Amino acid sequence: MIVGFRIFRFDPQSDNAPYYSNYTVEADPQERVLDCLNRIRWEQDGTLSYRMSCAHGVCGSDAMRINGQCSLACQKLVKEVLGDEILVEPIPSFKVLKDLVVDLAPFFAKVDEIRPYLIASNPPDRERLQSPEDRKKMGEAIRCILCACCVGACPVSNENENYLGPAPLVQAFRRIFDSRDEERAQRLQQLNQPDGVWGCVNHFECTRVCPKEIPVTKYINMMKTAVRVRS
Amino acid sequence: MKFKHDIVIVGSGLAGLRAALEVASGLDVALISKVFPTRSHSGAAQGGIGAALGNEEPDSWEWHMYDTVKGGDYLTDQDAAEALTRDAARAVYELEHMGVPFNRTPDGRIAQRAFGGHTKDFGEGPIKRACYAADRTGRVILDTLFGEAVARSIKVFSEFHLLDLIFDRGKAVGVIAYELSTGEIHTFHSRAVMLATGGFGKVFRTTSNCFANTGDGVHYTYRAGFPLEDMEFVQFHPTGIYKLGVLISEAARGEGGILRNGNGYRFMEDYAPSLKDLAPRDVVSRAITTEIRQGRGINGSDFVHLDLSHIGRERLAEKLSDISSFAKIYLGVDVAVEPIPVTPTCHYMMGGIPTSLDGHVLDLAGNPVPGLYAAGECACVSVHGANRLGTNSLLDLVVFGRRSGKMIRQDLQELDWNELSPNPDEHIVEKIAKIKTGRNGERTSAIRSDLQEIMTGKCCVYRNEKDLLAAMDSIRQLKERYEVLAIHNMGSSFNTDLLEAIELESLLGLAESILVSAIARTESRGAHYREDYPDRDDKNWLKHTLVAKTNSGPAVSFKPVSITRFQPKARTY
Repeated sequence: MIVGFRIFRFDPQSDNAPYYSNYTVEADPQERVLDCLNRIRWEQDGTLSYRMSCAHGVCGSDAMRINGQCSLACQKLVKEVLGDEILVEPIPSFKVLKDLVVDLAPFFAKVDEIRPYLIASNPPDRERLQSPEDRKKMGEAIRCILCACCVGACPVSNENENYLGPAPLVQAFRRIFDSRDEERAQRLQQLNQPDGVWGCVNHFECTRVCPKEIPVTKYINMMKTAVRVRS
Repeated sequence: MKFKHDIVIVGSGLAGLRAALEVASGLDVALISKVFPTRSHSGAAQGGIGAALGNEEPDSWEWHMYDTVKGGDYLTDQDAAEALTRDAARAVYELEHMGVPFNRTPDGRIAQRAFGGHTKDFGEGPIKRACYAADRTGRVILDTLFGEAVARSIKVFSEFHLLDLIFDRGKAVGVIAYELSTGEIHTFHSRAVMLATGGFGKVFRTTSNCFANTGDGVHYTYRAGFPLEDMEFVQFHPTGIYKLGVLISEAARGEGGILRNGNGYRFMEDYAPSLKDLAPRDVVSRAITTEIRQGRGINGSDFVHLDLSHIGRERLAEKLSDISSFAKIYLGVDVAVEPIPVTPTCHYMMGGIPTSLDGHVLDLAGNPVPGLYAAGECACVSVHGANRLGTNSLLDLVVFGRRSGKMIRQDLQELDWNELSPNPDEHIVEKIAKIKTGRNGERTSAIRSDLQEIMTGKCCVYRNEKDLLAAMDSIRQLKERYEVLAIHNMGSSFNTDLLEAIELESLLGLAESILVSAIARTESRGAHYREDYPDRDDKNWLKHTLVAKTNSGPAVSFKPVSITRFQPKARTY
């Protein structure tokens, strides 16, 4: 079938303002939106830019806004987004570097801020013991691939660049609910601020768009409760 | 710009990260990667990391070593297999200490499960040896090691593409890299260079590999005049999603999944009576291809079924949730009730840059190249021989990544700064200018898809001389077409049009190395199966292939296999 695409274009070095380019490609309804973008770039317009790598929702490179929803282009099938045309734009709340490529440096800096590593001393010779129940407390947080779809979709992140944002909070959750971590109290204290967990006001957009189906809002609320219990 | 760091590590998957952690304290290390580190392809590894922890049942590193050697069809260097398997438990405990969220046994130890080719007591039935975190083991290890890199403030250059290696009188003294966001060409001057650039599955059409896996580091090593080892040994994973190639982990069979042909028959019983569906990958891929060729695919078509419907929803959710969601997203298949259509997919390169056990890159005479190191899939230690066992790649990355880091640290006490020539990037600047001026040639994608079709059609699970020679002929024509290739994008920001053109040179060069090596090896061993030479021939071919560049094209030579504990014998499962 013939599918129409309308794609956001902007090269800050040469364009005064963003614009949209239209393309049509032959596509199978079962194909990924990424397959279509590749066909456009490879066969029609080599100037189009976007990130991609694994093409099956594991590396987290190809977050973009497809028909208004932040998604991974490799995880959306043509048949799911079919309409008069498929609208593809960069994820909001980030500076556009080129077309669909955004500057994720501030996002990664926020992930670094929550200290995305286990803090624990004196490991035994073998593995630390952790019960299956304790292991499950980290829940789906270990599925996070740092694609930033959630941040793009979050109305608070879009308004307030200082808000930590959903994915960095999921990264914090992963450590706070890891029974092996020894700085739970400090981590919770770090989140107890207006731009930490309290920035979240339960829009649930992050949960709606998460390509890995992580219950992000629920996890943020669990951390709010943990902060309250502590203080 | 010109950067100067003690060590430059190229590639931020598990091998590069693990090495970086080893050299980080007290030394100035730069980690260069074509993608942000957590996007690296190590993250796509699903099923587990092998180590004889004995948490589920008694196990020993000798059994693991035996399986690795037999799995590699005796081409595995046994000193390397011993180094790998003896260090496995320590390596996995270390990962746990760093915070990897492994699944757990009821008593809180690291949970383990069965995997292809891993056995107890030297071949007496399957054993639970794969340590896992659901079916995203690679991803969580990658996240964990990157977290450690963040904790130690390791300097990362993300979205920098390797363009070439710089040598001075035979010593590696730096690299040239392209910054994707600006289009600038940078020189990194260093005392040591480590390559951890991964595999090159993108030589093939159907592959589990990511787009970044174009083997740049391997090709540039070859281009610099150093040999590549065992390039003919390409692993085709038995269970890629039909047409897409997306991997369905061997863990699916480790948890009880069964392969069925068009008659609903569990055909692996005929090919591997003892291990059945848990036979090594080369055996299973050949079995699937044979079933399909003999008309027993599903409805006579070119795929078979992987049936997980008897495993149960709860266990699928706990242990195989990612693959369940892949099947749902891409096929609309609910694996708890329906089978997954699968075919073999190009997955892993056993061959690569020859190295010592400590990551020294070796020249044609077997001597270390000063200042140059390699580890991970780009390297050939050779720990995987003619066929890698599942779970041994993650282990390879952390064990040999660490060993390389230790070696670099030690060597740096003596490795000094060499002078760089004033414009070491001149030839690269010219090359890019040439690509940008070609206006009337073909697009990269046309040449690349022809390459991938040829390799998949003629150099796949089954091979023969006629097909391989025809493929070689075609590749040489593609190289001529490449010379007049044209790109559309003349911009400097995120110009992937240009980079894919540059990557295609690597893919073409590596395809040629694979073919030359595959034509030379007139026997069948592990993943290299020659229909015209169907038997293993230890008398003539128990040796590694080396392929090196000469003025008259690629030349093949050989080097002996290290055999210490296990004498070759017939390989049945």
